[in-house]
Amino acid sequence: MTPSLAIQTSNLTKKFGERTVVDHLNLSIEQGKIFGLLGPNGAGKSTTIKMLTTLLPPSEGRAHVAGFDVEDEAMDVRRKIGYVPQLVSSDGSLTAEENLLLSAKLYRIPSSERQLRIEEALAFMGLVGVRSKLVRTFSGGMIRRLELAQAVLHRPLVLFLDEPTIGLDPVARRTVWEKLKEMNKRFAMTILMTTHDMEEADFLCDELGILHQGVIAAIGGPDELKKQVGPEANLDDVFIHFSGATITESGNFGDVRQTRRTANRLG
Amino acid sequence: METFDKREERQTDLAKKNSLSDYFAQTYALSEIEFKKLFRDPTELFTRAVQPILWLTVFGQVMSKVKAVPTGEISYLAFMSPGILAQSILFSAIFFGIAIIWEKDLGVVHKLLVTPTARSALVLAKAVSSGFRGLVQAVIIFIVAYLMGVKLNFHPVHLLLVILSVFMGSAIFSTFSLIVACLVKTRERFMGIGQVLTMPLFFASNAIYPIEMMPKWLQVISQINPMSYLVDSLRALMLEGGVSHFGIGLDFSVMILIFGLMLFIASKLYAGIVQ
Repeated sequence: MTPSLAIQTSNLTKKFGERTVVDHLNLSIEQGKIFGLLGPNGAGKSTTIKMLTTLLPPSEGRAHVAGFDVEDEAMDVRRKIGYVPQLVSSDGSLTAEENLLLSAKLYRIPSSERQLRIEEALAFMGLVGVRSKLVRTFSGGMIRRLELAQAVLHRPLVLFLDEPTIGLDPVARRTVWEKLKEMNKRFAMTILMTTHDMEEADFLCDELGILHQGVIAAIGGPDELKKQVGPEANLDDVFIHFSGATITESGNFGDVRQTRRTANRLG
Repeated sequence: METFDKREERQTDLAKKNSLSDYFAQTYALSEIEFKKLFRDPTELFTRAVQPILWLTVFGQVMSKVKAVPTGEISYLAFMSPGILAQSILFSAIFFGIAIIWEKDLGVVHKLLVTPTARSALVLAKAVSSGFRGLVQAVIIFIVAYLMGVKLNFHPVHLLLVILSVFMGSAIFSTFSLIVACLVKTRERFMGIGQVLTMPLFFASNAIYPIEMMPKWLQVISQINPMSYLVDSLRALMLEGGVSHFGIGLDFSVMILIFGLMLFIASKLYAGIVQ
């Protein structure tokens, strides 16, 4: 594995019974880049993230994250990554500060540094005023910012985000984007994110991979991909062009239910 | 201000060792959170106390009059008090899995599984949290039984062992519940199974009648039921003049062994809940 690669997969595959959800995926993502994984529902985006974050063992192939093998060195991978799942992962019955403190303790940040890091994180995410409020009283945007703060408290090398702005209003969405850009710059943090939002992909990502039925249909910078499709093309056109038809029978009831539930809780 | 790089280095050094102290610190941090949540909204603790109080005050008093159950030197009410404590431990611990499914549906479990925390530490923290709940039940049942005239043993060694026994019982049933939750994965299915499990565990044990009264086949079942060992230890430890049927040593050995097995299985299955 080349040391400057934050993520590298070779023939990464996941099968659920007969169904192949991720099919011999080969990805190389350089350190410090923001990489967007696009694709219709059921294309295998979340499954890919779950394998890279050690939540799901691959059926075939290998993946290295931050230099460690996701299967054989799962604990090392976990120490080096942060993850914000699509679902709401902060504990609503705890305060913002308690959520952060739990993360700090689980990542074994030395006690002498915990408070400093938490203060910094609260200030950076604009949550100082609500630090002692229960998270269940938070707006969707505040929850997402807290989740991000929790995910980067230990300064991960790679941050995984599954639909980071789903269900957020335009202002909250914009704030999350700005925070992500800033974290990427300040800490040279590699970010791998999935999204359905083409504006988000255009604004944030250095590189995009379009996943269709478990395989990469296209890969490249946003402008590069647009050029490939046509002179006037936007990312919507790119998405439609590379992911087959506009309407596909992909995704399942579970996906839809999960997405709606998240949108509902954050909205 | 310190640069990011320096801090990163320092943390890397620290993170390299994956020691036993990390394990316990993480388990402690997770248990502490559970404890905090429980006392922020203690309604659950009190509503859970209603059922055992009714068993003691209504069922217990009626059955004492009937004198249908041979309980030797001690009154029937005294005989059943430890059984009811074990029952309330079982009933509250066996639905613990629901909370895990709930946390899984929210996304909290996903986040915890991606932290560098051993799976067994995540499971152990839940067992400790269940132990706290069991302890609150024990305090309430001690008070009610005492007020109803049951002669309780307040010797400090006995009390200490009662605490240990309550913790073991809660840990066994809550971890068992977690295993079931990992297998069934949805709340609807879990509710049905939870109901099906509690009754046999309760009635095929020595909680409210002695094992000798049972038909042979049920005696065999009750002897492999962990509930019987929990009740037996509590009966010997809680009551003035309480005797153990199996022997306290065997009670605790069986409970520790079963918990070890449950912890092992649950740790293996825990990650599967998000798949």
